[in-house]
Parts: sequence; C-alpha cells; structure tokens
Amino acid sequence: MSPIPGDPVIEVKNLHKYFGDLEVLKGIDFTVAAGEVVCVIGPSGSGKSTLLRCVNRLEIATSGSILIEGQDITDIDADVDALRTKIGMVFQRFNLFPHLTVVENLKIAQRKVLKRSKEHADEVARANLERVGLTEKSDAFPRTLSGGQQQRVAIARALSMEPDMMLFDEVTSALDPELVGEVLAVMRGLAEDGMTMMVVTHEMDFARSVADRVVFMDAGVVCEEGPPGDILANPQTERLQQFLRVLT
Amino acid sequence: MRRVAYGVAIVATVLVGRQVNWADLTDSMFRPSLMAEQFPKIVTIAAKNTLIFTFFGFVGGLVIGLIVAIMRISQATPFRIVGSVFVDVIRGIPLLVWILIIGFGIPIATGARIPGSYGAGSVALAIVAGGYMAETIRAGIEAVPRGQMEAARSVGMTYSRAMWTIILPQAFRIIIPPLTNELVLLIKDTSLVSVLGVTIGTMELTKFGRAASASAFNATPLITAALVYLIITLPMIRVVAVLEKRAAQSR
Repeated sequence: MSPIPGDPVIEVKNLHKYFGDLEVLKGIDFTVAAGEVVCVIGPSGSGKSTLLRCVNRLEIATSGSILIEGQDITDIDADVDALRTKIGMVFQRFNLFPHLTVVENLKIAQRKVLKRSKEHADEVARANLERVGLTEKSDAFPRTLSGGQQQRVAIARALSMEPDMMLFDEVTSALDPELVGEVLAVMRGLAEDGMTMMVVTHEMDFARSVADRVVFMDAGVVCEEGPPGDILANPQTERLQQFLRVLT
Repeated sequence: MRRVAYGVAIVATVLVGRQVNWADLTDSMFRPSLMAEQFPKIVTIAAKNTLIFTFFGFVGGLVIGLIVAIMRISQATPFRIVGSVFVDVIRGIPLLVWILIIGFGIPIATGARIPGSYGAGSVALAIVAGGYMAETIRAGIEAVPRGQMEAARSVGMTYSRAMWTIILPQAFRIIIPPLTNELVLLIKDTSLVSVLGVTIGTMELTKFGRAASASAFNATPLITAALVYLIITLPMIRVVAVLEKRAAQSR
C-alpha cells in the first residue's frame, strides 16, 4: 500500500544522536509528508547527513523515535530490512557495486530481497535506466562511467526497489562541476513525478526551485524551516542569514 | 679488492671441485636408472597424494578461515575474542606439532582417531591453513570500502546477504594473490604429514622419496621428489608474481 499524498511518511520525534561524548543531534522534530520534497541545508557538521542516515538506520539513534509510514525504525524489534526497501538511498560517493554491471546493480536486490523473477527485475531495471537516460550503459561496469553517470545509476538502483520515498545525501558533492547538472535534472524529474524526497544538499538553486520546504540545520538543531521562497529570501535567524551570505 | 675476492672464490671453488669425485656424487644423487624407476608411482601415488592433502587443506582452510574472519569482524565481543584466540594459538604453534597432536596426541588421549587415511593430516593442515587464511580474508573484507555494506543494507539486504553477495566477492578479488601464495606454502607444508604413519597408498612426495632413498641407499629418489615439487610450485610462483603485478597496476 503506497501512502496517500499528504500523509506523513517520515516522522522524526525528539531525536538525539551522540558520537561518543559529542552530541550531533540535539532533539530533532521533523516530518516529511508523502509527495513532499524537503531540502535540508546547513553548514558542514550541522548534523544534516547524520539525520538523514538515522532515517534508514545506517546510524542508530541514541534516543527519540523515527516513524516510517507509522512504524518506528529505531525500535529494536522493527523489521529494518523490510522498512529499508521502502526507503531509497543515494550516497555522496555513489557506492555502486563494482563487481557487477550496471543492470546487475539494479537487479540484485530486486532478485535477492524482493524475490522478483528474472524477467520482472530486468523489466524494472531497464525502465529505470531509461528514466535516468543510461539505457546504452546497461552492460558496462561502473568504473567505466563518469561520476555523473555513476550517480544516475545509483539513483536508478534505488528506484528499482520501487520505494515510497528517496533520501539523497549530498549526492552532487563528489562530482566535477560540469557533471552536477545531469544529476540534478534527474532529481528534478523525480520531484515532478511526485516522489517523496528528503534531500541533504548544498545546491541552493535546486532547493529554491524544486523543494516544497527547506529545513535549515545548525549545530544539531533545526533552526528554521518553511517554503523556500520564504526562508531563503527572508531568513529570520541570524545563523541562516550568515549561512546564506557566505554562500552567495 | 673486489678482484682479489673473486679470484680467491674461483680458486677455492676449483680446488674443492677437484677434491670431489663427480662421478660418485652424480651417481648417488642423479642416477638416471634410479630416477626412471620412480616413475610412474612418484606421479600416480606420491604427487597425487600431495595434491589431495593440499586440496583438503586448502578447501578446509578456506571454510575455517572464512568463519574465523567473520567472527573477527563481528559486532559481538565474544565472537571477536574466540576468533582472535584461535588465530593466535594456531599461528603460535608449529604445523609439525599440530600434525603430531591431531595424528598421535588426540588418539592416545581419547582413543578416538579421525577416520579416513587422509583424515588426520588433512584436518591438521586445514586448521593451520585456516588460522593463516583468516587474517588474509579479514584484511580483504576490511579493504572493501564501508559504503559498499551501507549501500547493500540500504536496499534491504540483511547483513549476511550483503556480506555474501556484495562484500565477499570484492574481498576475494583483492586477496587472490596472497591466497595463491598460501596455496604454494600449503603444497610444501604437506610434506610434514609424512611424520604420520601412512600406508603405501597414502604416501605423499616426501615420504615416498624418503622411503625409496632408504631402500636404495641412494639420494636420487629424494632429489626426484624435490624436482616434482618444483614442477608443481614453479608455475604457481610465476602466477602469483603476475597476479601481484596486475593488482599493483590496477591500484
């Protein structure tokens, strides 16, 4: 059952995260609704990537809860693997499987996790490769692709699980400047198709033009959030004003 | 100075060479008829058994090494402790002693012996090879970037599924050169199982050469066995060199 647009699909409640003695998330409350595109911005070390990684439990929350379509993924009894199939994740460093071809990268979890038939997995994989414009690369190995192409394959790999939502962790930060555009274009297309997206990014133009809501984090707290037109044009807090000034 | 040194070396060599009775030496080490006599049994029995011990030792070692390597990187402290104690104890005691413990010690102490004519030797080789391979395999797993496990988990794979389908295939590609090297060492180490009493059917190269040398009172059979070892190991040593060179280039 896919969630109905507008229903909350990610609900973060009073989330705290420590690395040793260092508190990197200091009580985060945060919601993403189905169909919404939320961009999380903030200086490095603000905890935005950690927040994103807590959402699919690549980092374990110290306290608080994170509901994914109503189920608490921080719960020790939660079926984390099943919940993760609903959450697509794209990484800064692509993390494609180098020993598999592009199309195998897209098929392996469909086959092993979702137990799809060869034909079904292949059909889904090829549809998603087409969606990111890389049909002709299906039998190539990842190392032969440019960074931008690898990242588009990584997006297609996540999409092949047909997730209800997608997480993007600074996905253009490791790319050469001229390759950023093709990746952002794919993400823009996803947003237009109504995908629920939580995007940690430094790309202010993308946030401004694609996000439904922008969340500004600093020092482990959410400082300010709202529609991009409001908070980027008219920042209320000193810290966001300063952050935006440095960027421009 | 250097010229003098070379000169002395040459004169000494010639003098020693003149003292040696080359005909006698050749006859007691390289007697062609005795060498020919070793065949075909040195291949059909001895070399075959050397390779059988190597096979059981290597495959058993891989399985043990894999299990121990995964214990060593476990989140659970008890597994890690058991894994590292195993590795240290295995590597801290000579293989010959392990073979004696498993082949003689345990049967004397418990009355139970490992069945099969290859049993005790193979088990001892596998356990010791496993101790060394565990460290190689662990290093291979740790050489695979962390993001690979994260990406595999993020598409819903369990830890063991991700380890098996994503991490280990990459890890093994990395460790093929050192693993092949361990295979060469293992081929030579099978000579130590000759200390166990064996029937004629399970003699490996060393035991075979020794027995034949003893009965002929001539070193030729041992030398022949040594040459057979070289025929097996030299190509593999070359393969390791090529693999290492290729690995270095791809980095």
